[in-house]
Amino acid sequence: MSRKVKELLESHGTPQKEIYFDLENSGFIPDEVVEAMMPYFNKKGFGHPSITHRIGWESLEIVYETKELIAKTLGIRNPENIVFTHSGTEANNLAILGFLLKNRDKGKGKKVVVSAIEHLSVIFPARFASELFGFKVVLVPVDREGFVDPEMLKYYIDKDTILVSIQTVNHEIGTIQKIKDLIDIVKSANPNAVFHTDAADAYSWIPIDVEKLNIDMLTISGHKVHGPRGVGALYVKEGVELESPLKGQLSVEKLWPGVENVPLIAGFKKAVEIMFSNFNYRVNYVKNLRDKLMKGILDRVPEVLVNGPVGGMRVDNNANMSFLRVEGEALTVELSLHGIYVSSGSACSSRVLEPSHVLLAIGRKHEEAHGSILFKLSHYHREEDIDYTLDVIPKAVERLRKISAWR
Amino acid sequence: MSTRIPLPYSPKVLEIFRNPKNLGPLEDATIVESAGSPACGDMIRLYLKIVNIDGQDIVERATFESYGCAANIAAASILTEMIKGKRVEDAWRISWKMLSDELGGLPPIKYHCSILAVGALKRGVRAYYKKIGKHPEWLPKDLTIEEKQVFEEEEMMERYYKSMKALGEVR
Repeated sequence: MSRKVKELLESHGTPQKEIYFDLENSGFIPDEVVEAMMPYFNKKGFGHPSITHRIGWESLEIVYETKELIAKTLGIRNPENIVFTHSGTEANNLAILGFLLKNRDKGKGKKVVVSAIEHLSVIFPARFASELFGFKVVLVPVDREGFVDPEMLKYYIDKDTILVSIQTVNHEIGTIQKIKDLIDIVKSANPNAVFHTDAADAYSWIPIDVEKLNIDMLTISGHKVHGPRGVGALYVKEGVELESPLKGQLSVEKLWPGVENVPLIAGFKKAVEIMFSNFNYRVNYVKNLRDKLMKGILDRVPEVLVNGPVGGMRVDNNANMSFLRVEGEALTVELSLHGIYVSSGSACSSRVLEPSHVLLAIGRKHEEAHGSILFKLSHYHREEDIDYTLDVIPKAVERLRKISAWR
Repeated sequence: MSTRIPLPYSPKVLEIFRNPKNLGPLEDATIVESAGSPACGDMIRLYLKIVNIDGQDIVERATFESYGCAANIAAASILTEMIKGKRVEDAWRISWKMLSDELGGLPPIKYHCSILAVGALKRGVRAYYKKIGKHPEWLPKDLTIEEKQVFEEEEMMERYYKSMKALGEVR
């Protein structure tokens, strides 16, 4: 197994310049975050946070500190309403599957409403619960920029709707939903419906006030804020009852058994500190780089489509574009050979040979979705990274278009 | 993004992707045949120059164009090399598995790249004999596995778009 990958890497070689834009799928962890994690592996707080000894309490201290910090950044009054999981996927599973498990007796006749462009860790658990317990899952369509229309949402919410899940910001095309309007619509149509939002891609990019917005459940993820992979969190409002789909020995978390991964939680805390220390400056800095990248590509490369909205309703770190007549997976490989690391929503890079469900949901044709490339930027990018990228992309696209059988 | 899968390409796929051979249209091609479509996410067009030397049909040259992933480009490129100078009958006998092996073994999810390339070739061979009005004994009447698969992939997409059009989902 590994021999093949080793040979592949040797054949690929290490490019002189490397720029990592694949922050959607995983990200590098800045030194400060690594340093914040290190002591918790072997120097302190490596104990179990719910065992009564000094090393356990050291561990518990950082778990609580991190919850308090996250609570502060999201306008959550009670930090104890935050549950650590081991990923954003797990947090979404806890929210959706956990809520539907708790309400499984209601099963038939009750409705779960999610947008058509939700992360698969929302759509799949909803479908799974529907297979198990008979809930009806309704996918709300979005417009060509990925927005859920509040007026339209109204028609999907009725007295049988028990759960609604709509992302604050879409992970692929960066659409910032009018989340306040959507929550208001849901709550006025059915005050008993629980509203979950996957905010993994919104957190640290747009301000969120959980209590003001009246959010019932909210997901965030460590690696989406330049923290480590392997840690996520779910906010659960008091009164919203869940049953954990995971069973085992409980620790700090009553809803997620297994020992909390304390070093990663310490890293999450540091990452959040960094992201919120100079919020507006950072976001604006990234926005300028992103705008330069998108404009640069549109100026230099013909036959390019922007996926998702343009302007203020697009999150500032996201660029997603379709290069027509080029297949996206081939382009990720071509760019990789030049040290530019991105991902694609093409079918060829997927397990099921179906292109991204998000791109199809906004009305992209298959051939348009196949050529999509997603860039995610951060304050660790420099202007010269963008210059280099803009230098490489036209050549890369041109080479593949010369090969292309799609004229 | 869509559900992902690890894809450890062989160094050979990467090498051919970097430096594909026999690229682009062939001016004096006898036959031009394609398989797949942009909607499918992969499409290969083969240009075949077939000549008859001493009563033998020979692939004198083959070139390609490919819209598709790295494996797709590599498969098309290596196929044009494999068939160059071969008797058409021998070229016909190349299976998708032989092509995949030649590429250092494609991951199962990429088998269809090899199927597409071989499918295009087999279509091309049939088109050639139709064009010259001959039917050699070795050429089966029934479609080969590669031709069937390509046809199914194309048909599936067409059906999808027909149904979407009916629903008004597609322009």
